[in-house]
Amino acid sequence: MTATLSATSAPAPTRPRRTWVGALIGVALVVLTVASLFIGVSDVSPATVLEGGADGTAAFLLAASRIPRTVAVLLVGASLGIAGLILQMLVRNKFVEPGTTGVTEFATLGMLFAIVLWPGMAMMGKMGIAALFGLFGTWVFMRVIRAVPVRQLVLVPLVGIMLGGIVGAVTTFFAYRLDLLQSLSQWAQGSFATIMAGRYEYVWVAGVMVVVAWIAADRFSVIGLGEDFATNLGLDYRRVIGIGMVVVAVITAAVLVTAGMIPFLGLVVPNIVSLIIGDNVRRSIPWVAGLGALFVIACDILARVIRFPYEIPLSVIVGVIGAALFLWLLLRKGSRAH
Amino acid sequence: MRTDLAPRHRDATSAHSGRGILTRAASACARPGVRLAALVVVVVVLTALYLFTGVPGSLAFALKIRSASVVAMVVVAVAVGVSTVVFHTITQNRILTPSIMGFDAFYMLISTVIVFTLGSTAFLRTDPVVLWLVQVAVMVAFSVFLFTWLFGGKRRSIHLMLLVGIVLGTFFRSFTEWMQRMLDPLDFQVLTDTAFASLTRPDETLLLLTGILVALGCLAVVPLLNTLDVLTLGEPAAVGLGVNHKRVIMALFAIVSVMVAASTALVGPILFFGLIVANLAYSYAGTFRHRWTLPVASLLGVLCLVGGQLLLERVFAFGASLSIVIEFAGGLFFLYLVLRKGAR
Repeated sequence: MTATLSATSAPAPTRPRRTWVGALIGVALVVLTVASLFIGVSDVSPATVLEGGADGTAAFLLAASRIPRTVAVLLVGASLGIAGLILQMLVRNKFVEPGTTGVTEFATLGMLFAIVLWPGMAMMGKMGIAALFGLFGTWVFMRVIRAVPVRQLVLVPLVGIMLGGIVGAVTTFFAYRLDLLQSLSQWAQGSFATIMAGRYEYVWVAGVMVVVAWIAADRFSVIGLGEDFATNLGLDYRRVIGIGMVVVAVITAAVLVTAGMIPFLGLVVPNIVSLIIGDNVRRSIPWVAGLGALFVIACDILARVIRFPYEIPLSVIVGVIGAALFLWLLLRKGSRAH
Repeated sequence: MRTDLAPRHRDATSAHSGRGILTRAASACARPGVRLAALVVVVVVLTALYLFTGVPGSLAFALKIRSASVVAMVVVAVAVGVSTVVFHTITQNRILTPSIMGFDAFYMLISTVIVFTLGSTAFLRTDPVVLWLVQVAVMVAFSVFLFTWLFGGKRRSIHLMLLVGIVLGTFFRSFTEWMQRMLDPLDFQVLTDTAFASLTRPDETLLLLTGILVALGCLAVVPLLNTLDVLTLGEPAAVGLGVNHKRVIMALFAIVSVMVAASTALVGPILFFGLIVANLAYSYAGTFRHRWTLPVASLLGVLCLVGGQLLLERVFAFGASLSIVIEFAGGLFFLYLVLRKGAR
């Protein structure tokens, strides 16, 4: 069954070239992060910040809006990439991510559930409920997948998308009946436009999950080899699967609460990393986090600049670029998906 | 992947309760003609019920509104039914449908791009008929190109094509939205007003246009009925029997795109409707001859739409959520189809 994992693996490139690519990602990330701090409608530049001093308008804007936004973008990008990577290990399939397994839709349903039953509940509680639903969604997906007799590589994400569609229809139906359709589409649409200090701190939870994933990285690598193999190596297979599911569900919920749905990111980023450095999870975690953050920050800057001073929802831009990349991965010559 | 076309009757309906009785009654009289006639009777009765019952005020007024929406439903049902069955035959499978492959999303993209490039003033000054025909022409050209590229050349697995289609749909939709965000609010208003109507309140010019186009499409399919039957045997057999495969496939793709453009213009995208209707039609008709499956699929489409609207409006008082219900049932049915295929 390791064949399922090597769908997009290519022979790992030589070390010097890898170092170059890594350095490039790092430099681009730093440059774009700094750029992200100083792009926007009001005039915030290093000069105006220094001029106004610590109490000036520019400094206030920087602290209240620009820095939170940039941090949120970086954390969302990094953690979504990681969620995709872990899920791909759990399901042992290259073409899954929270959005192609129904996890995102389940979390959205959980969010709606919380909003309807306890409207006054703190955001943290709503996020917790969304995460619980997401966890349930991961479990349902893995059950359904186990029922698929022939584990064809592309059948798995297909079933996941359908599952998501069904759950999404249920969510839409209830939202429609309860007149919540507008607010649902309002916050489910991925965008960082409304992020301020005090509204983005939930993303740190996703950041914590990235650290957990990093600590458990080797275990996930072994999980990828299958249950018997992992058990023989003395691993508590079920517990590791459980940890992975929790990581994925919590990241999904945290991102949903902060930024809404962002399609394909968790799928495309780990696949590209695997093309660059191969399939060692411990080695690829920093890469996936870095590339994910870079991808989202680039798209977010694009979303802010394209129609200045207005913003385009980030999910739209990620949808176009991510879908194009996904298609390329699917139809690539030599990919084993055929 | 031609295993998918092995005649397997009366199992696709088991996923879809409520029509089981119909199928059983139908299997009692085996001839497709009799089954078709029975279906016509049911559809006529339902339509009559929809038109004449539960009138709150003046009957004449209600009839005027309702007959327009019935015509719209018929046009959409025929377009979706015929295009899906033909598409199934061309692509040699029973799961992929034009809308799953992103056809309707593609139509929306084209409308948006046209408004985006022309600007709304030019858009409004152009004759709507001409404009709409341009849209359809562009869509046909592009989709023939796209799908001959996807389905021509080497055979890819059906599941891969499905996934590609779904991702393509997302790509088109995101791109459409991107374009729409780049429009001026005024242009955007114009776009939403002109490009999309609804089943219950169809725009009359658009209804007439789409009706004519769908009728033309059906007429174009009629001489090809026997060719379609031969195509179900697979490409090598069809070529061996003297079908000019490439040319016929191109023509059929063009007809399918026209039909999809028509139905999308009327009601916007409906993802799983074609899938349900076509698969029900195969098991209900009890034959794969297109002279039966095409009308049966269209009629079943009318039955679903009129019957569904009737149920939702008069029984549950839900109004506009028919598409959500269709989507839900269709999603379940689709999952069942895919998983059952996986089992083989």
